[in-house]
Amino acid sequence: MTFLSTLVAACIGGCGNPPETMPATPVPAFTADTLMLALETAQPGDVIAVPEGRFDFRRGLTLTADGVTIRGAGMDASVLRFAEQVAGAEGLLVTGSDFTIEDLAIEDTAGDALKINGGRNIVVRRVRTEWTNGPDTENGAYGIYPVQTENTLVEESVAIGASDAGIYVGQSRNVIVRNSRAEWNVAGIEIENTVGADVHGNVATRNTGGILVFNMPDLPQAGHSTRVFDNDVLDNSTPNFGAPGSAVASVPAGSGIIVTANDRVEVFDNRIGGHRTGNVLISSYFSAGYSGEREVQPTFDPYPETLSLYANTFGRGGHEPDLAELDAVRRALYGEDGRLPDIVWDGFRNPEKTGSEFAICVEDPDADLLDLDADDGYANPGVDATAHECRHERLAPVRLAAR
Amino acid sequence: MPRRYGVVLALVGAAACTPPEVRLHPPDHYPERLSAWGVVQARGNGLVLGQGVTPYDVNTPLFMDHALKLRTVWIPGNTGARFLRHSRYDLPVGTVLSKSFFYPLRAGVAQAVAGWDGDVGRFDLRSVHLVETRLLVRQSSGWDALPYVWRGDDAYLSPTGAIERFDLAVEGATAPLDYVVPTGNECASCHATTATREILPLGINTRQLNRGYHGADANQLAAWRDRRLLNGLPDPADWPRNADWRLGEGSTEHLARSYLDANCGHCHNPESVVDTTGLWLDYGAHALRRMGACKPPIAAGRGTGGRRYSIVPGEPEASILTFRMAATHPSERMPELGRTLVDRRAVDIVARWIEALAGACG
Repeated sequence: MTFLSTLVAACIGGCGNPPETMPATPVPAFTADTLMLALETAQPGDVIAVPEGRFDFRRGLTLTADGVTIRGAGMDASVLRFAEQVAGAEGLLVTGSDFTIEDLAIEDTAGDALKINGGRNIVVRRVRTEWTNGPDTENGAYGIYPVQTENTLVEESVAIGASDAGIYVGQSRNVIVRNSRAEWNVAGIEIENTVGADVHGNVATRNTGGILVFNMPDLPQAGHSTRVFDNDVLDNSTPNFGAPGSAVASVPAGSGIIVTANDRVEVFDNRIGGHRTGNVLISSYFSAGYSGEREVQPTFDPYPETLSLYANTFGRGGHEPDLAELDAVRRALYGEDGRLPDIVWDGFRNPEKTGSEFAICVEDPDADLLDLDADDGYANPGVDATAHECRHERLAPVRLAAR
Repeated sequence: MPRRYGVVLALVGAAACTPPEVRLHPPDHYPERLSAWGVVQARGNGLVLGQGVTPYDVNTPLFMDHALKLRTVWIPGNTGARFLRHSRYDLPVGTVLSKSFFYPLRAGVAQAVAGWDGDVGRFDLRSVHLVETRLLVRQSSGWDALPYVWRGDDAYLSPTGAIERFDLAVEGATAPLDYVVPTGNECASCHATTATREILPLGINTRQLNRGYHGADANQLAAWRDRRLLNGLPDPADWPRNADWRLGEGSTEHLARSYLDANCGHCHNPESVVDTTGLWLDYGAHALRRMGACKPPIAAGRGTGGRRYSIVPGEPEASILTFRMAATHPSERMPELGRTLVDRRAVDIVARWIEALAGACG
């Protein structure tokens, strides 16, 4: 407390207007308390520098001010550690806008590692979030977690070991997730209820599912217009370690890219392989596994519509689905040693939207789409290439508004 | 001040028995000591409130690890607060709200008890563990939240909060408690949830203030109105009211809804921007689905406890709501801030409410 009081007193005396001549006292070492106090007293324009070192926290950090930059000395050099956390549902919770965080790591938080709730103009750059014990149901849910944000860039970052999604963008607008790496999470990268997202240049590997584009019901905003391109989505076969009941707990191990109930999604130029359940899975909300019921709010659209897949390179996939129904279809259609096509769709159709503008267009000449016919109890699964020979107008790239 | 101390006070001197005057401080010069505000002060073994400082009480308190609370309001000048709507009053610039958190001591050990009598004059610092006092100060730029931590005979500004470890006896079982004093920014996590992100008081609303102070007959709101602390109140017949939680009055539904309103509704309401879950628990006229019936979780992570819906009518043991209320891990418990222990009574009441709900999830 003495130290804290000194800090507080020093701050009240001088943070805003430092005196002309500073006494020649040694600069106190940067500690966890230094960062906490800097976050508490932050003003727009502040750059909070976190030096090289390991800093331990017993409670979550919160930043409410706008226009703040937190800058470390590298994602392996400046490490905020939360293994002893007793309070706070996040490592760092940010509610301010015009926020940049770069070049540091957040490790072993009790809940989410970095949650950015509600701000505009967000940059997460070269940040690592990690649970250092590896995949574990006890790990926090999300690594890098912007939710209800606008103009958000996540780049060159690394997310490891989240028990839900490594990089999770929820209910946001105008988002780019690029050149990042998601590894050993349940979901590698998840774009949920977000309008306008470009996900490219990323590596999603050794997760349960690689890249997910989802819409969930009961939320203020339905998502659409996501482009997933030029990613390496490889060997996402880690057994699902999600908390039972969570949305991703039903993601089958060995899933490459999953699109659920989202519209206007483009998947192109990706390298996708090594997924025993399937390289690309497309589903309605009904077969996403976390809702047994078909009753959803009337305004919620449970169907994936207006999807485009093209120019992807597929490796092995669908050879040993982690879903009994799917494996039964595989054996019935392709034999004991056969594998499913690269694109698998549950086959739930919106009876009111049968026009080609709502179709799933497969332009990959070598990739087949298997219609599981799940809405009819898997009665007639099969490949009908003509139903998916179509082309939608391309989405425009996401452009982030300049600060 | 009780009359029996009169002789002693006369000896100590007249200055000591005058209540302190409230003094305001600008945002760039917040005092390190709480006493500099003149709102709540230690004097001898007691506490004194500043001149014109009014203690108040709420119907359904926020549960904070069984801490008891002394709440006060001080409104400057003659303007008073203005009634905007039952959920929000406009308090004038210069208003200072305080909330002090304490536990009674028995044999030196902090005790979890249901309540206290609200008599500040009988407050004895030797028989309570006074932990912290939080101020909400209305500046022209908006509300500022200031956590002060008690050390001896004064409390000290602690923008980074504190984690205070002491023993707490709950129903006879004594165990160490990591009592968490919020940081200034954490105050905003509960108090600044509207689109403007401005910090707002939570307990200052009709639903919570509509009662007598600690069981007194006189209604607080009527008294505030009569003293012109609050102007523009509509007819008392229209005042909504949360259940008196300590008395346990009213139906199970009213108790449960009141508890959820006071403990969850500051984030879980339709106007909140920190409600990313689409779950509304404030005491509004919400459809049961909005309050969680058969509603799957969004981003609860471990907080689901393996349960599928926020509320399964008739099945509290299958509902996420009761799981999170009964959880203590930081990533599972709700509310996220403000408690590390479980409010067993609240879990029971909310469970009984869910048990009585009709319907089934598909």
